[in-house]
Amino acid sequence: MTTDLTGGAAVLLVSAPVVAPVAAAVAAGLLGWRRSVAIATVAATGAVLAVGAIAAAWTADGGVVEAGRWLRIDALSGLMLIVIGAVGVIATWSSAGYVDDELATGHTDATGAQRYGVLVPLFIAAMVVAVLANNLGLLWAAVEATTIVTAFLVGHRRTRKSLEATWKYVIICSVGIALAYLGTVLVNYAAKQAGITEHGTLDWTELVAHAGDLDSGVMRLAFALLVLGFGTKAGLVPLHSWLPDAHSQAPAPVSALMSGVLLPVAVYALARYRVIAVSSVDPRFVRGLLLVVGLLSLLLAAGLLLAQRDYKRLLAYSSIEHMALAVVGLAIGTPLAIAAALLHIVGHGLGKAVLFCGAGEILAREGSTRIDAVRGLFARTPVLAGLFAVGLAALLGLPPFSLFVSEIGLIRAGIDAHLGWVMAVVLTLLLVVFVAISTKAAGLLLGSGEPNPTGQGGVATMKALRVSIVVPLTAGLVVVAVLGIVDWPLGQLLHAAAQIVGTR
Amino acid sequence: MTQWLYLICGGLLLSSVMVLWRRELSAILRLLILQGVLLGVLAGILAIRLDSVELGVVGFGVLVLKALVVPTILRRVLRDSGEARETEPLINVTASIVAAALLTLLAYAASRPLVRLSPSAETHAVPVGLAMVLIGFFVLVTRRRALSQIVGFLLLDNGIATTAFLITGGVPGIVELAVSLDVLLVVLVLQVLTARMRVTFGGTDIDELRELHD
Repeated sequence: MTTDLTGGAAVLLVSAPVVAPVAAAVAAGLLGWRRSVAIATVAATGAVLAVGAIAAAWTADGGVVEAGRWLRIDALSGLMLIVIGAVGVIATWSSAGYVDDELATGHTDATGAQRYGVLVPLFIAAMVVAVLANNLGLLWAAVEATTIVTAFLVGHRRTRKSLEATWKYVIICSVGIALAYLGTVLVNYAAKQAGITEHGTLDWTELVAHAGDLDSGVMRLAFALLVLGFGTKAGLVPLHSWLPDAHSQAPAPVSALMSGVLLPVAVYALARYRVIAVSSVDPRFVRGLLLVVGLLSLLLAAGLLLAQRDYKRLLAYSSIEHMALAVVGLAIGTPLAIAAALLHIVGHGLGKAVLFCGAGEILAREGSTRIDAVRGLFARTPVLAGLFAVGLAALLGLPPFSLFVSEIGLIRAGIDAHLGWVMAVVLTLLLVVFVAISTKAAGLLLGSGEPNPTGQGGVATMKALRVSIVVPLTAGLVVVAVLGIVDWPLGQLLHAAAQIVGTR
Repeated sequence: MTQWLYLICGGLLLSSVMVLWRRELSAILRLLILQGVLLGVLAGILAIRLDSVELGVVGFGVLVLKALVVPTILRRVLRDSGEARETEPLINVTASIVAAALLTLLAYAASRPLVRLSPSAETHAVPVGLAMVLIGFFVLVTRRRALSQIVGFLLLDNGIATTAFLITGGVPGIVELAVSLDVLLVVLVLQVLTARMRVTFGGTDIDELRELHD
């Protein structure tokens, strides 16, 4: 039996994951960067995770938490809250050491650290609003807010390169998300013409209920614009070019959040729209469009991974690869495929958070993001190199990690849906990615421990590895492994979420 | 009334095309102000036609934002930059105008389902909005000064606003508020970035931005 939670308790549950990070941002604004603020930020993301867990328990059997007409938690939102919270905890925890290092080395000053302290929790709050929004206009506004909030995080270091990355990021993402807004406007139009009441024209629940009445010509154009627009934010072809630059220039914990959560939030938006589109447009059009975008993104990522010489950009292209896989899952569209895509998003988020935060620590120690300037990391810092290697193994889909399970699930779902040839292409490209990443990783991690003369040698080289790096990174990897071995933590929630947006 | 509507829409499209024609950045800014005024007037006319007070208020807000606040910020960017003219664009003026004509045709083709769903005086003008979006995008990818890229984004945004007004009399008020706030914040962020760019690169030519590549 399913029950819905409404009223005061629902409002409390829905507002907590928004209020907590905003409060942390206010604290950073008033007090500046200090230990207590860093701890408060970790606590705030912990609150997001806790609410995600409570909501998951409530919604795993199909229940819904409703707070007014604007905000709502179902199993899919609950799952996304868990991802935001978990990745957020890893990123904000390792932020503590990261910002201290930046201050110590003069890469930032007190004002910069304070701005960092304000913007990171606001970024998290915006993503939380996006996944709680039942109104598609609010969803759009929250996704756009992430661009504005993160602009100065990408440009945190104020170098020529980070300025270039920021300019591209703001221009391309603003244009992309503007196109998504045009798509939203067209959905609003189709809904009005279909007779949906004045205030419900952008309510997701209303639109799903009346999807069959929406005009197919208008919705086809709208969906194409939405895929282009939210696809931009998800780092998909053709407007993907901001992503490797922004991810490689942003502070490591911010890259972790962008890759682990921001991209999935954009994919989440597409999942919400897809279920409306399949009922109003020819489903073959929806599947074809998503497959083209997904496969082209996968092809691009595989090709550029082969040529990559910078380990942060390597991780960035790997994010494009994984979002492409999730979009292939949306294209297949069955509950099994959606569940696999969602599990993939969870595993990728945690794994990528570990890797980006690890990459930040490598950069701080070695002074370069070039693979050939590092070399032999295992011999110098075995623990850090070990964490990085295990993270890469998880990302490459090796067992026992959950990405192995989700990739197998995705391929199986594709074959069940008579997309055997597509799955053959996907598998081939995954093989290329595997070879590319593992050979680059070997270059980075193995070899003699002699410091490379081309490396500049970071100031942190001789320091012991911090607890604030080792603990969250290890925990993240353990969770990805556990999710790959046992089903119970997320199984029922994934199933419920997949029922909500999966079709046939 | 319908004729006024079409006249305003013609003016909106023309002001976008004129941006492709002019090279002085100050002239481009004046065209942007003109477009902002026309957009506000369009919302006003539609408010009367649809008898909607909310749309009238939104129209006034759009007028203040797009004809006054945003151009003021951009004028400051222009004054600080000391750059009066667009450098040689990637595609010359004649080719740009031809491209604008082709993009307008494309907009007419793409908006056929929108018109078919609810044929009325307003929806028949929708291709203008989509053409503005495409021309804005074109400006964005072919012009090289930072300010021109901002203008391209704003032309695109004005096109979306025009489309939204024409097909549904605007989106719900609170969404419109979010959109307007968003445009303002993006422009402010870009203003700060342009200032940083000038300090770091000694100019705002986007071609300077080419250190990041694979």
